[in-house]
Amino acid sequence: MGLTLAWLSLIVLIPLSTVFIRSAGMGWADFLAAGFSPRAVAAYTVSFGTAFAAALVNAAFGLLTAWVIVRYDFPGKRVVNALIDLPFALPTAVAGIALTAIYAGNGWVGQFFEPLGIQLAYTPVGITLALIFIGLPFIVRSVEPVLEDMSAEVEEAALSLGANPWQVFARVILPAILPSLLTGFALAFARGVGEYGSVIFIAGNMPFKSEIAPLLIITQLEQYDYAGATAISTVMLVASFTVLLFINLIQAWSRQRMNG
Amino acid sequence: MSALSFIRARHLLIAAALAFIALFLVLPLISVFFAALQKGLAAYGAAVVDPDALSAIRLTLLVAAIAVPLNIVFGVVAAWSIAKFDFPGKSLLVTFIDLPFSVSPVVAGLIFVLMFGAQGWFGTWLQDHDVQIIFAVPGIVLATIFVTFPFVARELIPLMSEQGRDDEEAALSLGASGLQTFLRVTLPNIRWGLLYGVLLCNARAMGEFGAVSVVSGHLRGITNTMPLHVEILYNEYNFVAAFAVASLLAMLALVTLVLKSIVEWRFGYHHGSARH
Repeated sequence: MGLTLAWLSLIVLIPLSTVFIRSAGMGWADFLAAGFSPRAVAAYTVSFGTAFAAALVNAAFGLLTAWVIVRYDFPGKRVVNALIDLPFALPTAVAGIALTAIYAGNGWVGQFFEPLGIQLAYTPVGITLALIFIGLPFIVRSVEPVLEDMSAEVEEAALSLGANPWQVFARVILPAILPSLLTGFALAFARGVGEYGSVIFIAGNMPFKSEIAPLLIITQLEQYDYAGATAISTVMLVASFTVLLFINLIQAWSRQRMNG
Repeated sequence: MSALSFIRARHLLIAAALAFIALFLVLPLISVFFAALQKGLAAYGAAVVDPDALSAIRLTLLVAAIAVPLNIVFGVVAAWSIAKFDFPGKSLLVTFIDLPFSVSPVVAGLIFVLMFGAQGWFGTWLQDHDVQIIFAVPGIVLATIFVTFPFVARELIPLMSEQGRDDEEAALSLGASGLQTFLRVTLPNIRWGLLYGVLLCNARAMGEFGAVSVVSGHLRGITNTMPLHVEILYNEYNFVAAFAVASLLAMLALVTLVLKSIVEWRFGYHHGSARH
């Protein structure tokens, strides 16, 4: 117990506290100027916007994937199930260069969009595509256990009582999986906001356009602007902690609903 | 709705899910090997045995060899004390252990620069004593320990809580020592969960990019890990070499997935949480 707390403090808590202590030492006006400069606000917009869009896409396709894996049998199911975790196992830099190669104008996928005048890589669309890759397993692995616990009988009962499949989804399945879907969404969103390795290669990194907040932190560090880097980190940490709180609230709500 | 249209809908859903996975997961994976082998096996081999690549491989192995065992020890001790004992503030402690998962890797790197960098809290002291942590191997190890901190503990806490302490109490009451109880009772009970956590911890330790990038200083042949070496080669437009080194990391990911699946299928281990 004492050992746990000591090691935790040494590796996690004390280092993390440096960001807040440094920020507190800056004074409110300086902090606002550094943490909410127009360029920083633009970077937050890109980071939060693309992470949100990617989490939305993953909510839909992650739910579909989890549903197909839990409910249906098909050849190669085990391989598909194992592959879902690829984004957890593949180093982000590898994912980054691979996704850039695919979505660039001459890439396997990008070449079909180039003639239409649509550029995927080096735009916020590219960032979103990378974050879809990174976030998929969060949704699938959150929803999967809940779907496994749900018996198909409830759905069959609803169908036999005359509900159409869409009604069964909206009235029976969705309410049951909503807490886990929201949790997965929040996890994917939080990961996307802070993601760096898979994004920087495909992002284009143009200030005010396709520059993500983590990259701006690195840029400022390279220019020895420690105050700027610290202020932006503080904003990002507060955002992460808010998402964490949100997840805990969902889980408390879900437990209460199950018991009530 | 007729039975036939249900079957049709089922096929449609399966096809849509498989198409999504093929496009978003399989295609990037294949493209790594494709790009690595584009100029033939000789170019691939040359990129892998390049001295800078070899030193990056060595550093990556070294960092994982330090960070993973430390996280195993911490993970087991932390999960043990949380699962087997009651004390106030337990759920807060679990939240704190999880914290590194919610922190951007770049911020994870920054906090160690703020502590040990030239302008950091201990910067002057370290300079006076000629100790270099940032832009050196110790900083890379610290940042890696931080980002991989929760993996083992996170896997073991639910597992050990579920198992309770009856087995241990029985062993102790039959006269086993504390160490015997741990080695003969606790460890066999948690082995698959432990292996699962270690696999993911190791994959992340070897593949970490953002946090390590901030503290490394990118000194070629000295503080370059494999992912950082991939970035340098890529930015030099040396694509074949970049993808060749990347393919080694992709193979590591595949081996991780295979072993993880074996733990799940063969030994029926049911992984408890969606957080990584």
